[in-house]
Amino acid sequence: MFVIRHFEENLVGLHGKGVFGGHYHLYVGQEATGVPALACLDADDYLFTTHRNHGHLLARGAEPKKLFAEILGRVDGLNKGKGGSFHSVAPGLGFLHSSGVVAGIIPLSTGTAYASKAQKNGRLTVCLFGDGSLEEGAAPEAFNIASLLKLPVLFLCENNGKYGEGRAVAAAQSGSMAAYPLTDLPKAYKIPAQQIDGIDAGLVHATISEAVEKIRRGEGPQFVEAQTVRYPGSATNWPTVPAPTDTTLAWDVSQVPENAREWYRSADPLLVYVRELVEANQAKREEIAALESQVKSAIAAAVDFAVNSPYPKPEEAERDFFAKSPL
Amino acid sequence: MRELAYYEAKFEALDEIMSGDERVHLINGTFMSLSPHRHVYQNLQKKFKERIFSPPISELGFCGLATGAAMAGLRPIVDLSTGSFIYEAWPQVANEAANAYSMSGGQTRVPVVFHLFHGLRGGGAAQHSGSPQAMLWNVPGLEIVIPSSPRDVKGLLKSAVASDNPTIFVDHTRLLEIRGEVADNDKPIPFGVADIKRVGSDVTLVATSYTVQVALQAAEKLAKDGIEVEVVDPRTLVPFDLVTILSSVEKTHRVIIADETHQSCGVAAEIAARIAETGFDKLKAPIRRVSTLDVPVPYSPGLEAHIGPSEARIMDAVRAALA
Repeated sequence: MFVIRHFEENLVGLHGKGVFGGHYHLYVGQEATGVPALACLDADDYLFTTHRNHGHLLARGAEPKKLFAEILGRVDGLNKGKGGSFHSVAPGLGFLHSSGVVAGIIPLSTGTAYASKAQKNGRLTVCLFGDGSLEEGAAPEAFNIASLLKLPVLFLCENNGKYGEGRAVAAAQSGSMAAYPLTDLPKAYKIPAQQIDGIDAGLVHATISEAVEKIRRGEGPQFVEAQTVRYPGSATNWPTVPAPTDTTLAWDVSQVPENAREWYRSADPLLVYVRELVEANQAKREEIAALESQVKSAIAAAVDFAVNSPYPKPEEAERDFFAKSPL
Repeated sequence: MRELAYYEAKFEALDEIMSGDERVHLINGTFMSLSPHRHVYQNLQKKFKERIFSPPISELGFCGLATGAAMAGLRPIVDLSTGSFIYEAWPQVANEAANAYSMSGGQTRVPVVFHLFHGLRGGGAAQHSGSPQAMLWNVPGLEIVIPSSPRDVKGLLKSAVASDNPTIFVDHTRLLEIRGEVADNDKPIPFGVADIKRVGSDVTLVATSYTVQVALQAAEKLAKDGIEVEVVDPRTLVPFDLVTILSSVEKTHRVIIADETHQSCGVAAEIAARIAETGFDKLKAPIRRVSTLDVPVPYSPGLEAHIGPSEARIMDAVRAALA
């Protein structure tokens, strides 16, 4: 969670300095969903993610320096600079394709699940998408097919706008979604679905573990909506950092600008988790601070690596858009 | 050499491909459109039951499924049936499948085949007569195959499934009954190799799909008037064999391109541009296109025939080029 948080905050800084130009989306505020959820998977499972993929890749073990390099468009990037923030992949970790098209991955995730079923290899697919994806027709088409075929796929919807700061509201109709709760949609296709608090890392882990087990038992697709409160830094078109994260914020948010203070006080999953660990005597404040300091140094080194990685040669643009075929 | 109907050659290919490779799955459709020879598909259905999926009417959903399955190592062949239906699946075909290999930095392969029947089929009207290959040619990352004979459909289908790239297989229902020679031990036909369907010295007539057959008939009629037309069939649009066409033009100095896509930004337009860019000095007459007129396809038989690349329009164009 620290790695994701400090990765993202550094990214905002790099963009502010003009080190890269494309648009990008932060995973801040959703760490307690992605990190425990992905910990429930096996090494050879498939994952599909969206434009908001940094946290998922890092949670699964992608090297921060290679992800930074990709977002900066450098040769050492995960995709050699061809994909950028929206499309970062790590096939070795199960991420074959990340789509910046809302709901683009939902039909694709039924495909890897279909293949796993045909190949009888027990591999599960997790499809990670935001609440807005349910507004696209691709979602119900894929739910229908997944349910009919009892495909081994987990649809994990990360609703990062619990109170409507994003698109869908957790418990009411929104301006963009007539169906509520969102779980009504998968349920219409007879896919078991539940809403959970995505800020509660323990609950996420327990829920996803159980869902994954059911899928592995052959019960077919499962749907989980994890609700988080939108990070105030993601409130505008271009991300900002209202207050750089530091473990001391877990107990004192007085330094946070007033308009963002409530989020850091009650909705920041990282700070919630830090408080839980300390209150449960599982870690001391100083230990957590030391860990965070190590992460900060590692992220600084990763930034350094990426900034110094060369850009691809212009002629690389004309290479590698077709796989070499056997004929 | 034995003679087969086009549909027989195509199903022989499907049968051999599926028998030889467990990764191949058929998704949707019958690969026959509304042809009366349904029993041929039923034979495949019985033989490969486990590897045939009849999905809901969800082109976007099942084209995405096939694309994802290809990423995970299967080699799905999807039948979109009527070509215009690929518009329902556009986001998955044009924006996911076509881009995956490039945007992953060459890591994720998508060996999927999207099969469709394009073009004027007799009463298809505006929504069931589309020829989306021109639009798809404007999407880098897709290979486009467009056979016109029994031998080609068999050899090209084998190559399409063997390809590691997303491939659009552009078929035509009016070809299904065409008969032609197919060798017993026929090999896959490599992409990017045009075929000279008729040798001639006066005019080069580049044609695709069913229009190749129309072009051959036109050429026979013109031969009676002493005009020898060379009919060149590119067989694949991506990759495209410009070399064979240019060497024909070197001989004839005149080119007609006949094709069923609409004229503006159509297949003929792109081929004409390529010939003009590199072969302008070889030409003694302007390049002429015989494409489908730029109107939504009308229903009534006479109206439909009027807008297509008919034998009469092709013959007029050849004569005009020689005038």
